[in-house]
Amino acid sequence: MDIPYTVAERPDTGLNNVKLGIWLFLASEVMLFGGLFSSYILLRVGATEWPVGSTLLNVPIGTFNTAVLIISSITMVMAHASLKLDEFGKYKTYMGLTILLALTFLAVKGYEYWEKVSNDHLPAESTYLAIYWTLTGLHGLHIIGGIIVNSYFWGPGSAMWRTKREQFINRVEAAGLYWHFVDLVWIFLFPVLYLL
Amino acid sequence: MENVTTAEQIAHAEHGHEEHTLSFLQSYVFSQDHKVIGIQYAITAMLFLLFGFSLMMVMRWNLAFPGAPIPVIGNFLGQANAPGGIMLPEFYNQLGAMHGTIMVFLGVVPLAVGGFGNFVLPLQIGAPDMAFPKLNMFSYWAFFLGGVVMLASFFAPGGAANSGWTSYAPLSVIATQGQTWWLVGMVFLITSSLLGAINFIVTTIQLRAPGLGFMRLPFFVWAQLVTAFLLLLAFPPLEAAAVLQLMDRLAGTSFFMPAGLVTTAGVPLEYSGGGSPLLWQHLFWFLAHPEVYVLILPAMGIVAEIIANNTRRPLWGYGAMVGSLVFLGFMSFVVWAHHMFMTGMGTTMSAFFQTTTMIISIPSVVILSALFISLYGGSIRYPVSMLFALAFLPMFGIGGLTGLPLGLSAPDLHFHDTYYVIGHFHYVVAPGTILALFAGIYHWYPKATGRVMNELLGRIHFWGSFIAMNVVFMPMFIIGLAGVNRRLYDGGMQYAHAQDVIGWNVVSSYGAWTLGFFQIFFIFNFFWSIRHGKQVDDNPWKATTLEWQAPSPPPHGNFTTPPEARRGPYEYSVPGASTDFTMQGQASGPDPEPAKV
Repeated sequence: MDIPYTVAERPDTGLNNVKLGIWLFLASEVMLFGGLFSSYILLRVGATEWPVGSTLLNVPIGTFNTAVLIISSITMVMAHASLKLDEFGKYKTYMGLTILLALTFLAVKGYEYWEKVSNDHLPAESTYLAIYWTLTGLHGLHIIGGIIVNSYFWGPGSAMWRTKREQFINRVEAAGLYWHFVDLVWIFLFPVLYLL
Repeated sequence: MENVTTAEQIAHAEHGHEEHTLSFLQSYVFSQDHKVIGIQYAITAMLFLLFGFSLMMVMRWNLAFPGAPIPVIGNFLGQANAPGGIMLPEFYNQLGAMHGTIMVFLGVVPLAVGGFGNFVLPLQIGAPDMAFPKLNMFSYWAFFLGGVVMLASFFAPGGAANSGWTSYAPLSVIATQGQTWWLVGMVFLITSSLLGAINFIVTTIQLRAPGLGFMRLPFFVWAQLVTAFLLLLAFPPLEAAAVLQLMDRLAGTSFFMPAGLVTTAGVPLEYSGGGSPLLWQHLFWFLAHPEVYVLILPAMGIVAEIIANNTRRPLWGYGAMVGSLVFLGFMSFVVWAHHMFMTGMGTTMSAFFQTTTMIISIPSVVILSALFISLYGGSIRYPVSMLFALAFLPMFGIGGLTGLPLGLSAPDLHFHDTYYVIGHFHYVVAPGTILALFAGIYHWYPKATGRVMNELLGRIHFWGSFIAMNVVFMPMFIIGLAGVNRRLYDGGMQYAHAQDVIGWNVVSSYGAWTLGFFQIFFIFNFFWSIRHGKQVDDNPWKATTLEWQAPSPPPHGNFTTPPEARRGPYEYSVPGASTDFTMQGQASGPDPEPAKV
């Protein structure tokens, strides 16, 4: 038994199952982070005092990390495009780069966390730090999830290139959509936490 | 009937076609077949319903006879919970919180969506399975794990969560460890319904049989589709809220904690402060109001199918019903704060939310009216499923209409947090949704097993449950109108204004135990009929929708020939047709071979 439209597009909807599924998943993710950002707004509006992010956080490091993530989104697109152009070797390079950039992001984030912990700026100190830790922590978990998925498609999962080529390209595209979303969340997080 | 087949024959034939045989674990435990997963969901959920209801039967003893030792089971509740068989208030709070949690998140929703949705929806749209079978399996097991965590929390130090199913902060933040278990359990349940919702939406949009346009979908499928969108978009904010509350409890943050809160210990709690208890309520009800429609929409879907089938007429106003359903789903996202009129959020907010609340009652009334009008002029059959479906209409009507005073902020001043509220939402969920779910079980049982459930036992079950449920919940309106608060473990005996009505608690409790007694007929019937029920053909109710075109029980992959929809879902009593039903997949015209009869 085969499930229809796992690879091919259904003519009347113009979609395959994977693409619709990943977009629905992203919609729910929007609601998750939407809930968190709304909480941030409500708490900040109700607060008597609120620190400016740049006094507590290192803006140059944050800017660097933002650039790292944006570049990783570009390499992700290149990875998918390479598959479309039938260039598997280039795909390996670009996907590998995406994973390395993601690891760089995590390493830098880890350094920031270490700095906070060693100066005793823990979540319990203030609502601002609570939000900083919770939101960046949850975003970090999403990054780790993305690294796991991308590493699978870079390594063992890429065997599918030889057996079910179309399905593999679809999967990489779905992983890419997720990756861009995680990137986008950071693009909101950075100004909210570091600059405002 | 020529194609009467037993479950054994089907299973045998199926094995003949399969190239690979699946092990016992693969076909019954870690199955990826939507029908097996649906049945797993249904049975697990029914066990949770029974357990959640048992908690309530114990609580009702203390409400009826406060301070008296609970007979028999009182000895098994443990000295920490009920010394000498007399229930402690702390234990009552645990039972109350867990009754709500279990009934909503582990009972009704998994049965209505996980059970019926999984089993019936792919069959009704003529699909071989769900779009993502593996994901479907994961969502069942995430649900199962969440359930295990919830049950295990009874053994945590201090017992299970005890801050109500709503887990209002700051009470829940400073509550015993059981609350942490509750939050972790909720994260599993949310993940489960998220994966399930994606699967339902993709399946409905992508795997419809050829010719099955959106306006040819059975109403049940529409109800499940809208429900899935609600689950997809409303649950994540609760997940966010659960994460924030976990941070408050474990990392000492103060998202929901105001500064300088003093508890019974007499010293201010050590929180940095600046948090908002109201924020939790906003996040919680942003989920929990759409959740109300998650509870009721699948029930409406089931009832619509059964009514069309047993009145032998098309549904009256199908288009209007679908439109109302979609509008209902949309509006359910903008009414949440009508649960919060008494929080001091301000009259402007109250005015807005009472307006949207009045608006949302319109589509509900449209659907209910259309179902009532569908009965008019029909030549109605009364199998057990139809009795349950018919009972749903007035019961949901009572539940809905008693909600109107609650949705207006002025009368809510009086009704808020009284037994009136309990009566109102139980009429929607218990005599409403649960009766509809029973209707669905009696209706689709032959599709899952090839046999019908016993009629006589079914009728005893119906009349007993129907009457007992009203005995349970009707007194709550009386108690609530007198102004007696909910969540009082002695039923309000300390309050002067409760004295005149407190006797109704005894009536209500006897109703609950009677209701429990009549479920024995159902449980026996359910298991007995698997082997001893009357064997029937693939379409025992002479229904039109595609699931009745598949063999009973449907084999792996569902249909022997790929189905195709050639007409709308409810072509009953078409003028000129030789039978009073024309199946959706039937080859041509309303009457293909008129002369042969």
